[in-house]
Amino acid sequence: MTPPKKKRKKPSKEPDDYWKIKKELKEKGIKLYNQIFFRDWCKACGICIAFCPKNVFNRDKEGKPVIEKPDDCIGCHFCELHCPDFAITIQERYPDRRRKKNGK
Amino acid sequence: MPNNATRLPHDYLRHDKKFPHVWCPGCGNGIVLGSLIRAIDNIGLEKDEIVMASGIGCSGRLPVYVDFNTLHTTHGRALTFATGIKLAKPSLKVIAVMGDGDATAIGGNHFIHAARRNLDLTAIIINNQIFGMTGGQYSPTTPYGCKASTALYGNIEHAFSIAELAVTAGASYVARSSVFHAKLLDKIIAQGIQRRGFSVIVAMSNCHVQYGRRNQMGSPVIMMEWLRDHAVRIEKAGDLPAKDLQDKFTIGVLADVDKPDYIEEYQKIRERAKEG
Ligand SMILES: Cc1ncc(C[n+]2csc(CCOP(=O)(O)OP(=O)(O)O)c2C)c(N)n1
Ligand code: SF4
Ligand code: SF4
Ligand code: SF4
Repeated sequence: MTPPKKKRKKPSKEPDDYWKIKKELKEKGIKLYNQIFFRDWCKACGICIAFCPKNVFNRDKEGKPVIEKPDDCIGCHFCELHCPDFAITIQERYPDRRRKKNGK
Repeated sequence: MPNNATRLPHDYLRHDKKFPHVWCPGCGNGIVLGSLIRAIDNIGLEKDEIVMASGIGCSGRLPVYVDFNTLHTTHGRALTFATGIKLAKPSLKVIAVMGDGDATAIGGNHFIHAARRNLDLTAIIINNQIFGMTGGQYSPTTPYGCKASTALYGNIEHAFSIAELAVTAGASYVARSSVFHAKLLDKIIAQGIQRRGFSVIVAMSNCHVQYGRRNQMGSPVIMMEWLRDHAVRIEKAGDLPAKDLQDKFTIGVLADVDKPDYIEEYQKIRERAKEG
């Protein structure tokens, strides 16, 4: 006998109207991105802040980036590719396939 | 480890080493490390198929952070260890990571003869135009007139181009990029690993601490701008007058020749010897 299927829990962070929002954005031709910043590894070199074409980041007191205009990001990945300390990751906010909870 | 982030670099990093890594804030070595990881992931190689050997210098720390078979060897000798490993087990992909001083000053002789021998190795040379780790002494790639801790009034020697040297010495694949041009760097590292024969990847990089500070480029951002403004795509270089190329460097593939490598030649000799 197969065990009863467990009810899958919805990933908590994602809004319930995920597909609705995604469809609206698609119709408008907009893609949104999340900038995931790992502060502990950042050494405040300023590369991401200086070269972001959309000035998404501002500089805090320590010289580390503050994500100020997340919706302006065009997903060019410059910051991710050029951060020498692997402290920034860019992900599409509404990807075609929903991500599993552990980020994989 | 940052959660919820793309796992890619973290799938390859040795998190039991101390992070953030040892390099100065903004040092190009970290960008090269990222490129290398992406290139290897793109090719789809298993971690165990790869051996990385490095020499001594800031760049020499690079293999310490990645979960391949790694070897931190002596100054200028990364290629000799790499040669031994490749000859002992040709199925392995062997990558040597060196600094400009490491590869072309103390290790210069090994470098040109490795290129001439054309053994199937990949040499990644991080060219920051200075001896970084030991305090900013000028290296064979420090430009004429630039200041170094051993050239307080400006360097009176002339630099040579590592990539062009490799082409002349007979390497079958030679390409150059910079840490500003990270996407191109990903691509040429992947190609270099895949090509048979000796591959040389030159990554122009920034040591704003030992080189930049002495030459009015004391921040990583200024040095990245310098790299951006002084790189010329090799496809476009032919159309430009020589004077426009004077203080520039070309980026792209300088040589890509498909010829039998040392192991293949050696195999042929073995077959012949067996025939008696
Ligand atoms: C046989 C030997 N000679 C000299 C040294 C001192 N030494 C350590 S690192 C280095 C130069 C590093 O410069 P480079 O290879 O350009 O690498 P970078 O630090 O710039 O990445 C030197 C001369 C040494 N460790 N061993
Ligand atoms: S991906 Fe590009 S636009 Fe978005 S934050 Fe990074 S550098 Fe700026
Ligand atoms: S590029 Fe990386 S290390 Fe440098 S300031 Fe940005 S997040 Fe920090
Ligand atoms: S001294 Fe130069 S090469 Fe060494 S870690 Fe610092 S910036 Fe990088």
